[in-house]
Amino acid sequence: MRIEKKRKIKNYIALSLATLTAIIGLFWLVFILTSILIKGLSAINLSLFLNDPAPPGIPGGGLRCAFIGQLIITILACIIGVPIGVLGGTFLAEYGRNNKLSGLVSALADMMTSFPSIVVGVFVYTLVVRPMGHFSGYAGALALAIIMIPIILRTTEETLKLIPWELREAAFALGAPYYLVIKDVVYRGAATGLFTGIMLSIARVAVETAPLLFTSFNNSFLTLNPNQPMPSLTVTIYQYAMGPYPDWHRLAWGASFVIVIFVLLFNIAGRFFIKKRLKK
Amino acid sequence: MSDVLIEVKHLNFYYGSVKVLKDINLNVEKNNITALIGPSGCGKTTFLRCFNRMHDLYKGNRYEGEILLNGENLLKTQDLIALRSKVGMVFQKPTPFPMSIFDNVAYGLKLKGIKKKSEVEDIVERSLMQAALWDEVKDKLSSPATSLSGGQQQRLVIARALAVEPDIILFDEPTSALDPIATAKIEELLTHLKDITTILIVTHNMQQAARVSEYTAFMFQGELIEFDRTEKIFTNPREELTEKYITGRFG
Ligand SMILES: Nc1ncnc2c1ncn2[C@@H]1O[C@H](COP(=O)(O)OP(=O)(O)O)[C@@H](O)[C@H]1O
Ligand SMILES: [Mg+2]
Repeated sequence: MRIEKKRKIKNYIALSLATLTAIIGLFWLVFILTSILIKGLSAINLSLFLNDPAPPGIPGGGLRCAFIGQLIITILACIIGVPIGVLGGTFLAEYGRNNKLSGLVSALADMMTSFPSIVVGVFVYTLVVRPMGHFSGYAGALALAIIMIPIILRTTEETLKLIPWELREAAFALGAPYYLVIKDVVYRGAATGLFTGIMLSIARVAVETAPLLFTSFNNSFLTLNPNQPMPSLTVTIYQYAMGPYPDWHRLAWGASFVIVIFVLLFNIAGRFFIKKRLKK
Repeated sequence: MSDVLIEVKHLNFYYGSVKVLKDINLNVEKNNITALIGPSGCGKTTFLRCFNRMHDLYKGNRYEGEILLNGENLLKTQDLIALRSKVGMVFQKPTPFPMSIFDNVAYGLKLKGIKKKSEVEDIVERSLMQAALWDEVKDKLSSPATSLSGGQQQRLVIARALAVEPDIILFDEPTSALDPIATAKIEELLTHLKDITTILIVTHNMQQAARVSEYTAFMFQGELIEFDRTEKIFTNPREELTEKYITGRFG
């Protein structure tokens, strides 16, 4: 009897502690999200997207240059990162699948996905920015690509390994050479998985600040030339939130809002594709 | 009336240093069904996969001897793509590619470089008819092949193999993943297919071998113990081992 009672009390305490910590965690998450949504939503208007930053004190500025800069940097990062990630993952899962070195590369890529991104920023800074003598959109794109590559590499590798080996043999048995087996059968079967990995990696780099701070830096003018310093949403948020002007704070909230919504949508879309694939 | 399509002469096969097939000699008759039976692990799959050089995909495998197809030793041929369009293969589990029904059947044609749309369409239709699947899929050729049932998928794979007009199709236990009704359909299909091609089939099911084949080869521990007309093997085998196996008194 007494033991049972003790157990009940212990159980009760454990349950309350777990619930309490969950509530604390959730509280901050909800707090952050709602303040971004409330403050951000009030900062959203057309001029946020259509105007470039105004000089301090003059109202009506926007972040057009940062949106466009972010878009250009992200697209360039994808152009570098997606092919390398997908081809690398393909090598690991196909040509190099029985190779000891492949296992090592996968393990390294796994480690890289949890690397502090600021290290990547400093790395690209010393490798590209210093020799070139100036910050640039290219350097920013390279930094983001370096963060994307291990993510895409690993999701590609894992997705391709899910395609049954017999399917490849069936294609070989029809006379297909290996590259066509991969292109026509393996990639097709793995398409949603590959796409999901790419989406999630984009969502991941969209929120990076540190690597861009050291590479593309910032620019308060609109530029389409990636060879110049380029503004991005995250760096802009960082600088404007630190700044003394309420107008800057408002813009930072607006930009945060847009990023949060973007990441949310990408993650939901990614999850949707994963579910769809599992159902098949 | 029967011609020899393939002659196997003194075939040995090694996985690395392990000899799995031992001095196999056998003739495959054209437009006939030849069944390979024997206990699990005796080398039936290994033997079958020599005919389309599937073992070349993996390192360390080695063939000795000859497999002559129309006089040419296919163990020596360099052009595996041409070989595999002459020697088709159907696996145990259905292997529809992740593409439409039509594209599945057309895939081998694409590899052969047959591009003319009307020609491809004709061949796809003909192949699906030969595989007794046309009526079931003619209204949904663009649906994904994976939407078909297991038995339909297996017939689709057969149609895919037929499309390139192979001299012979190798079947490795093609019905072991199917229910009895789907199995019966495939068996009936096989007996029709020998009019247009030649069939070499591995089966774990002796009744199946007795029902569909003209010739039966009994293998045991990598050796070909007995090869003869199917009635002979099942009614009056020459070897005691064969008799033990087909009567189920195997120790
Ligand atoms: N890839 C392989 N590497 C090494 N040994 C193998 C391999 N595949 C099969 N074997 C061996 O070869 C023998 C014959 O196998 P298999 O041809 O699959 O037999 P069956 O199809 O008659 O059941 C077995 O002893 C099996 O363990
Ligand atoms: Mg087998």
